[in-house]
Amino acid sequence: MNPTTITAPPGVPYLDVVREFDAPPELVFRAHTDRELVARWLGPRGMQTEVVELDARSGGGYRYVHRGREGEFRFRGVFHTVTPDKLIVQTFEYEGRPEQVSLETARFEDVDGRTRLSLHRVFGSVEERDQMVADGMENGVRDSMERLAELLTHRVPAGN
Amino acid sequence: MPVDQTDDDQLDRAFTALGDPVRRAMIARLSRGAATVNELAEPFPITKQAVSRHIQVLEAAGLITRSRDGQRRPCRLDPAALEALTSWIDTYRLATEAQYRRLDDVLDTVKEQQR
Repeated sequence: MNPTTITAPPGVPYLDVVREFDAPPELVFRAHTDRELVARWLGPRGMQTEVVELDARSGGGYRYVHRGREGEFRFRGVFHTVTPDKLIVQTFEYEGRPEQVSLETARFEDVDGRTRLSLHRVFGSVEERDQMVADGMENGVRDSMERLAELLTHRVPAGN
Repeated sequence: MPVDQTDDDQLDRAFTALGDPVRRAMIARLSRGAATVNELAEPFPITKQAVSRHIQVLEAAGLITRSRDGQRRPCRLDPAALEALTSWIDTYRLATEAQYRRLDDVLDTVKEQQR
């Protein structure tokens, strides 16, 4: 299993995510820019993702909706620079927090036929970054609770 | 491993305390340093009374402490809460990880199809 590394140093408005994938950069890039593929993995667990618009070219834009029991969550942004198989620089905005726009740089690096994906996300302020992480925590806690609930329902014996 | 009832109750209180967006924002604010009640109240369109109640919940959950001396009585994150904050980032990491595991599956499927 490839671990996800997240660095969010205190007092600065950015965070970094690094993750490797057992696939070449062309494929990982495609999974980020092909609307049918994006819909299959992007978003919180237990929510359906609809890719309303995805034009992954410099100057293009995207728009997607996550739908779940809690309601609808809409996101949008524009692509500043798209270099196939290598780089995506895009804006990101959750429509529930209008005008809080972050800037994301995604690098797809070839490491012996595998891909190292490095994400650098810059927010408007430290507060905006922490709020975004807190929102992520909300999903994470809900995910954990759901998994725990599933576990208890199925009465899976605990490991030793 | 036997479950310690006290730890369990404490965990329950911490989870409940963090289940509220205002209280999470307060914890996020305190992660950057101590703050008075007024400072904590500032970003929220709620009464000072409501803010005090949120602070009491966080205090009861053992996430924050308030110094006894002085008029300002600033709130601080409890050292133990720093650990909770670490797991907070950790939970964000898990949510991201869950998403990337789905991406792993998508990549595997596409690789299969190309064969």
